[in-house]
Amino acid sequence: MATKPNMSVDIAGIKLRNPVMTASGTFGYGREFADYLDLERIGAMITKGLSLKPKAGNPTPRIVETPGGMLNAIGLQNVGIDAFIEEKLPFLRTVDTPVIVNLYGNSLEEYGELAERIDAIPEVAGIEVNISCPNVKQGGIVFGTDPAAAYEVVKLVRDSTIKPLIVKLSPNVTDIVAMARACVDAGAEALSLINTLTGMAIDLAKRRPILANVTGGLSGPAIKPVALRMVWQVSKAVDVPLIGIGGIMNATDALEFILAGATAVQVGTANFLNPSAAQEIAEGMELWLVENGVADVNELIGSLRA
Amino acid sequence: MQFKSQVISNVEVSPGYYRMRMTAPPAVLDARPGQFVMVRVNGAIDPLLRRPFGIYDLGAFATPYTDCGRQTFLEILYRVVGKGTAMLADLHQGDHLEILAPLGNGFDLGPAGEDKVLVGGGVGLAPLYFLARELVKTAKVRLFAGGRTKEDVLCITEFERLGVETYVATDDGTLGDQGLVTEVLTRYLADDSGSKQLFACGPMPMLQAVARIAAAQRIPCQVSLEAYMACGMGACLGCVVPGKHHSAETPDYRCVCKDGPVFGYHELQWEVR
Ligand SMILES: Cc1cc2nc3c(=O)[nH]c(=O)nc-3n(C[C@H](O)[C@H](O)[C@H](O)COP(=O)(O)OP(=O)(O)OC[C@H]3O[C@@H](n4cnc5c(N)ncnc54)[C@H](O)[C@@H]3O)c2cc1C
Ligand SMILES: Cc1cc2nc3c(=O)[nH]c(=O)nc-3n(C[C@H](O)[C@H](O)[C@H](O)COP(=O)(O)O)c2cc1C
Ligand code: FES
Repeated sequence: MATKPNMSVDIAGIKLRNPVMTASGTFGYGREFADYLDLERIGAMITKGLSLKPKAGNPTPRIVETPGGMLNAIGLQNVGIDAFIEEKLPFLRTVDTPVIVNLYGNSLEEYGELAERIDAIPEVAGIEVNISCPNVKQGGIVFGTDPAAAYEVVKLVRDSTIKPLIVKLSPNVTDIVAMARACVDAGAEALSLINTLTGMAIDLAKRRPILANVTGGLSGPAIKPVALRMVWQVSKAVDVPLIGIGGIMNATDALEFILAGATAVQVGTANFLNPSAAQEIAEGMELWLVENGVADVNELIGSLRA
Repeated sequence: MQFKSQVISNVEVSPGYYRMRMTAPPAVLDARPGQFVMVRVNGAIDPLLRRPFGIYDLGAFATPYTDCGRQTFLEILYRVVGKGTAMLADLHQGDHLEILAPLGNGFDLGPAGEDKVLVGGGVGLAPLYFLARELVKTAKVRLFAGGRTKEDVLCITEFERLGVETYVATDDGTLGDQGLVTEVLTRYLADDSGSKQLFACGPMPMLQAVARIAAAQRIPCQVSLEAYMACGMGACLGCVVPGKHHSAETPDYRCVCKDGPVFGYHELQWEVR
């Protein structure tokens, strides 16, 4: 019988038992999925994006299905950092799987303050910074679409915490490599890519946009080719580990991201179709390694023959 | 729970409306009226998301084909409106489905002594059948059913077979009174002052009218809502409705999938939509 392949990977010093994490905003705060999979058989859990204060989010409709994907305009509704610590953390503490907090702010200061708060929570394994948010104080320019703004916010977070620091990139940019370089220069130890692609959907009969917010973020299989391309481009340009995200539905999709240069992956929309998806993908990857005689998943990272 | 299921039967009960019976594990028998299921029509990525449906009925029948000699089943009553429901309508006995069930909170059946008044519009009758089946065990049950035409008023004989007293209204008068079911309800309530509780499921304008009636007459009332859903389990926050205390400063969004789909009408804010 073949020996079990090594599935564990290292992201910015966070040791994952396998490369499959659950993406922010698609896995609640973990507990919602406890009946459907073994939370101790996935690599890590990323929380819903947290802000300093609770956030109401957008009016409805907030989601709409599109061919091979979905648009969401949840508007970053979340319970806020205090309620997270009080209500969500006690459960997460009982699960032997790294918890990575995804955070965002509407101003530079908010990012810094949040990072300091999270720095003080020992159970949090690392921070993933969502920079796909407008800077309300500076005319609403999105941090994640301007390399200088991204540099500034990542630098501030870096100076506010000693936790492992992951920055999640927005794909809604002309030059993803420039964004990646700015974040790494500012101290990002790993990069997650991609967040959702901005899109919209129209109801012809009503002559109205379907989402109350008009535009929303596209996720699901429809965005996988874009995500793969971005992971591949960025992997050629920076030296930090990458986390591939976008339309991963099964082990094949996940392994494609590893070949393109990702050290780990996140599963998002797939959790909605199949709440056991993350665990099944991790198991499917291991099986593929066994069948293909690969002893260590790390050997596959960036092994694309191109 | 998540399980694989097979179609037992899929019958067009009225033009464009189907009643589907499917296999389910025995644990499904613990489901309560008002809870719902999420159905994945096929394993492919189009349509991508599961579709939510109320539980119309459930039970078990004797069969030589299972180990325990019984087969548990689940039924939904659905209207073909788009891609997903059109694909469901094409399924035949033995075809495969993936199901998440039971989801959400069901109706609170309320005390045994009071009369139960059910109000349903169109396919909103679906969860009310399962509810009526439970309620008739201990209470007098009346059903007020509305639809555009007689073809949109479903399964009335099924309710009558349970001993439910039915009142029907259609927009075009092809069945029952012509007009809105809530008008029939108002007339009935004017003549009956006994203690009672309302249970409503249907289109939003009907639910709003029922909520107004309940508020004016101080009658307890539960409503079952619909919302666009991705996960069905409280994770995506796509399905929210504003709760009573909601404002931009004091967010009070409730998930239809997890906090509902059944709500006390007083828990919600009715004006803002
Ligand atoms: C808790 C709950 C219980 C329901 N129970 C029933 C029932 O018993 N019988 C029945 O016929 N219908 C019921 N519905 C509505 C049913 O889910 C939709 O008619 C169905 O999803 C339409 O899918 P489609 O692919 O045919 O339509 P499309 O319009 O092609 O669907 C596109 C997307 O919109 C969503 N959508 C469209 N209409 C609705 C709607 N009215 N409510 C929620 N999502 C919608 C779909 O799920 C899908 O994601 C229920 C909805 C909810 C939320
Ligand atoms: C409903 C929903 C909510 C999301 N919320 C967040 C969030 O709060 N923060 C964040 O960084 N990304 C959020 N995302 C983006 C996902 O984490 C992920 O990057 C994206 O969906 C692409 O992956 P997928 O195609 O596997 O879903 C959200 C996505 C969805 C569908
Ligand atoms: S459908 Fe996802 S939270 Fe309700």
